[in-house]
Amino acid sequence: MGVIHVTDRAGQRHTLEAIEGWRVMEIIRDWGLPIEGLCGGACECATCHVFVAEEWLDKLYPPTEEEEDQLDTVMTQPNSRLSCQILWTPELDGLEVTLAPTGA
Amino acid sequence: MTDHIETDVVIIGAGPVGLFAVFELGLLDIKCHLIDILPKVGGQCAELYPEKPIYDIPGFPMVTGQGLVDNLMAQIEPFHPTFHLNEMVESLESIGTPEAPLFKVKTSENGTTFTCKAVIIAAGGGSFQPKKPPIDNIEAYEGTGVYYAVRKMERFRGKKVLIVGGGDSALDWTVNLQPIAKRLTLLHRRDAFRAAPHTVEKMRSLVAAGDMDLHLGQVTSLKGEAPVLEGAVIRKDDGSEFTVDCDVMLPFFGLTMKLGPIADWGLNLHENVIPVDTEKFETNVPGIFAIGDINTYPGKLKLILSGFHEGALAAQKVHRYVYPEKRLLFQYTTSSTSLQKKLGVAA
Repeated sequence: MGVIHVTDRAGQRHTLEAIEGWRVMEIIRDWGLPIEGLCGGACECATCHVFVAEEWLDKLYPPTEEEEDQLDTVMTQPNSRLSCQILWTPELDGLEVTLAPTGA
Repeated sequence: MTDHIETDVVIIGAGPVGLFAVFELGLLDIKCHLIDILPKVGGQCAELYPEKPIYDIPGFPMVTGQGLVDNLMAQIEPFHPTFHLNEMVESLESIGTPEAPLFKVKTSENGTTFTCKAVIIAAGGGSFQPKKPPIDNIEAYEGTGVYYAVRKMERFRGKKVLIVGGGDSALDWTVNLQPIAKRLTLLHRRDAFRAAPHTVEKMRSLVAAGDMDLHLGQVTSLKGEAPVLEGAVIRKDDGSEFTVDCDVMLPFFGLTMKLGPIADWGLNLHENVIPVDTEKFETNVPGIFAIGDINTYPGKLKLILSGFHEGALAAQKVHRYVYPEKRLLFQYTTSSTSLQKKLGVAA
């Protein structure tokens, strides 16, 4: 067991219990935070875009070409990731992410 | 020129669930028209993941999104549904009574109007619309300096055009608009493009010849007194910023789904989905049904197979609205000659 910390678009930080084998998008969605996850985790929409805290970036698997293609469709920062492509494992206990702004 | 159509049922959304509803309604002799904002049928299956394998469609160990759509189209062919693509339903007005519902449906693009006895909303996550980049005040330039689609190329003749994106739309319009633009700039966040290789090559050769500019980075803000666009401030990966002068900006960031006008139709909504009962999948308005991802009820699972089931049950109630005098006989396609005749397979 472990947790992730998610800062929502209003700047409020939430600590959510994480489940091994779940994608970070699914954990965020399951706790009812506003993450769209339109395509259901198929890496086809970029509506689960998050900013990952600097110190965690290297602990994640690097984005696939498919994820980069989707990141092309949103406004990114160097720490942008799609949360549906981050599978939570106990090594990610304490992972810190911020929900990216949604387009209009 | 405005068309008016009278039919039994209007189905809003031509995704897999809307398509299969045509089959269930067709077996009950109910005619329908389908309306979809996309230029093609298939909804998310065709737009978001045409090549992705799906493993949980009963009877198909594996089928791609597009494969499923193609099969559904073949399955409903005997019922000759009419499709109205590239159109969005703008208004839905009830002009009947709860006992004998009647609706007036109007679309936005061509202004086609429909009169029908039932409406089935199978709109999935809503209507597909261009993804807008989150840039402050971008709305103030829309239609004058910012466009999400090219309808008339001539509009861009002699203009300083900034195209943003790295997919097929961005690259296609880059090579198409470059000859008529005063100066064309393509902006993308990285030096890799997800577009047809020959189009990318063409773009690269235009850049090499000095006939257009390619920049890597992202737009952070727009310049010019709205609604007149004068430039875009671009941030590069290293954090430095510069400005590209432009009269128009065309962001091609793909599509997203918005609930859109559905919110204005007097239906109960719960977090952007429509509550229905689980006997008929009817909304709070008698005669308006909601099936597939757009509905919710206790235990709802957003699966294509659930949407198929929901369509079958909704069709039973629709039959009562369309044929109030007729008793509905439950039949199987395996044994009923009358159903087989409708499918064109009777011996």
